[in-house]
Amino acid sequence: MLKKFAEVNKNFCVSCGACAQECPREAINIFRGCYAAVNKDLCVGCGICSRTCPAGCIEIKTEN
Amino acid sequence: MKKKKHFYNYLWIWTIIYFALGFFNILFAWLGMIDFILPLLFAVFGGNKFFCNKLCGRGQLFAVLPKKIKKFSRGVLAPRWLSSPYFRYGFLIFFMTMFGNVLYQTWLVYSGVNSVSEAITLFWAFKIPFSWTYTAGSVPAWAAQFSFGLYSLMLTSALIGLIVMFLYRPRTWCSFCPMGTMTQLICKLENKK
Repeated sequence: MLKKFAEVNKNFCVSCGACAQECPREAINIFRGCYAAVNKDLCVGCGICSRTCPAGCIEIKTEN
Repeated sequence: MKKKKHFYNYLWIWTIIYFALGFFNILFAWLGMIDFILPLLFAVFGGNKFFCNKLCGRGQLFAVLPKKIKKFSRGVLAPRWLSSPYFRYGFLIFFMTMFGNVLYQTWLVYSGVNSVSEAITLFWAFKIPFSWTYTAGSVPAWAAQFSFGLYSLMLTSALIGLIVMFLYRPRTWCSFCPMGTMTQLICKLENKK
């Protein structure tokens, strides 16, 4: 079964936390103030974080 | 799933109160130093961006306004260069230079070279008279001068934030906020150790 999840481009992430604040599953943490880290087990790939990110550095990916 | 609300989810109200207080008495501008000092303390001693992530009233205001009134933000992704390291660090240097200028103007008043300029400067260019917010002699002149300078800086950055909030995504200001850039840099340096 295909699973959707959010993936953060760490090089462009500004670690503002806007994504973490909006995530309905609380699947995103700001790792030591450096970048947003997504917990794949919790993420359902809804895309809210991707639409919120002011730097546009979150993509929704699909994997088996 | 409804998230639990904490006291810090309402700090956007503080941002509105801060700017409102400045309209009555410019000395309240000193409270803006909280926004300068707290993020640095969290970054230096905690190695995190807790202030940006949870406590920043300004970031929250930009997020909350378009939720209340949909037309407040077009929701379009900002150009990539706005969040590029070159622009972010360049803006940080520019902003800190302007803050340095505020300190320099304060020093000139302290040393008696200049008198208090009872005006705020928006976008570092446009002087707006603001004399009704200050009673001469109530505090040392340098303290009043610093208030006018800091309030100018805070209001200018809030207006830029509101403009990019309207043009792009709600929290676009956060992608090049000088304090956010500086604290992220500190956190990255601390994690390299």
